[in-house]
Amino acid sequence: MIDSTQSFQFFNRGPSPVARLVFFAVLSLLLLFVDARYRYLESTRSALSVLISPIQRLAALPDALWQQVGDFFITQSRQHDLIRQNDDLKLQHQNDAAQLLQLQALELENQHLRNLDALPIRSQFTTQLVQVIYAERDVFRRKVLIDKGADADVKLGQVVMDDVGIIGQITRVYPWLSEVTLITEKNQAVPAQVLRNGLRTIVFGAGDISQLSLRYMPASADIQIGDVLVTSGIDGTYPPGIPVAKVITIERDPDYPFSNVTCLPIAGVDNHRHLLILSDMPKLPQRPDEKSGASNAGNRVKFRRSN
Amino acid sequence: MPYFSMQAKPEIQRPVSNIFIVSSVLVALFLNGLPWAGVGLILRPDFVALVLLYWCMHKPLRVGIGLSWAVGILADVSDATLFGQHALAYTLLAFGGVVLHRRLQMFDLRQQTIQVFGIFALTYAVYAVVNWQANGYVVWPYLLGCVTSTLLWMPLSIMFRAMRQNKMRQNRMDRNRP
Repeated sequence: MIDSTQSFQFFNRGPSPVARLVFFAVLSLLLLFVDARYRYLESTRSALSVLISPIQRLAALPDALWQQVGDFFITQSRQHDLIRQNDDLKLQHQNDAAQLLQLQALELENQHLRNLDALPIRSQFTTQLVQVIYAERDVFRRKVLIDKGADADVKLGQVVMDDVGIIGQITRVYPWLSEVTLITEKNQAVPAQVLRNGLRTIVFGAGDISQLSLRYMPASADIQIGDVLVTSGIDGTYPPGIPVAKVITIERDPDYPFSNVTCLPIAGVDNHRHLLILSDMPKLPQRPDEKSGASNAGNRVKFRRSN
Repeated sequence: MPYFSMQAKPEIQRPVSNIFIVSSVLVALFLNGLPWAGVGLILRPDFVALVLLYWCMHKPLRVGIGLSWAVGILADVSDATLFGQHALAYTLLAFGGVVLHRRLQMFDLRQQTIQVFGIFALTYAVYAVVNWQANGYVVWPYLLGCVTSTLLWMPLSIMFRAMRQNKMRQNRMDRNRP
């Protein structure tokens, strides 16, 4: 057999493996750089996702079938449980309805007061029910894919929540799918405030575990274990007043100016199939431009230090 | 090749249809796409890498670095990773497979497994390094995946060989039919 690494070749087989390796490796690195820095490739990505999405849908099928089978057997064997559960839910619904009526009255009152005071009206948003078809695909990332995309008018940056709290944010929109980055993703930030005393802070995801942390929380800050953090609505991305996390541990080390606070997300970040997307959030006026160079450098330094 | 056809063919010379290659890659993408979670996700073998390495070793003239790169791009889209992350890893994997294919052919499956482990370790390391550069952290348990992938090498080779032999036998029967 002829060794293709020799200089003389019977058959022309194109460039050598080394040349190909270098070519494709450089191409990959270039793509990596372009994708990480500039995000020019989103349209290519959504075009390619049309190719891959039949496989993805197919791969999600066994799980869905399994669940349906499970549901079927549950309905057969646990009818009594279901009836009882149904009664409980009805009761709960009645209680909630009473509270909702009160809430509506309060909302009206609030609106009235705000009108009097010429303040902008707080969040009015509509919701859209979506289903998770993919859990985190990559150990490194805390992301899920949901079954609605550009076809259902899902937009970048929309907030995703479940019935009790914030789950995450839409970070990519494909034709029929979109990607939700969970709040537990590393460096995913949610502006929040402590429900008890209104202390403003930012909740960051920790990445590899289902925990959140508060950075830059002064050691002297008034925060306690069990405090509930709700969105502050300050950046205009998240509507105000939605629960985010609950403080579980606080470590105050006298050597450091900041205390080390960890929280658990309130919403079932990892265990729901059905989620809500909030749309039609009121737009805040554009933030005034700072001297962009200086502020970028500052952010960069902060980012490095925090890692 | 009349000379070779007289003796039992080594694996590299056995014919294989393009449909078989393409469908095996699609099935691998499907298996990677199943809803793995928790420990399963950490230990998930990279089926696509396995299948690509198999074909790069056994059909280096048909499945090579270019095709592996393209499959890597598809994997990037399906995993929502950065463009080029899987592609770079699979390019190196294919290079390993293509360059070492003669040496690997000499070994039996057990010895192959040891060599293949090295290639997988390199692939996983490249993927992790890219992730570290892009996101600033490394999840160490991720690297366990290359061990499970390696463990699957032997079953996969045996399975593919059996499937190809069946197909060949069938083809020969078809040809001999009056």
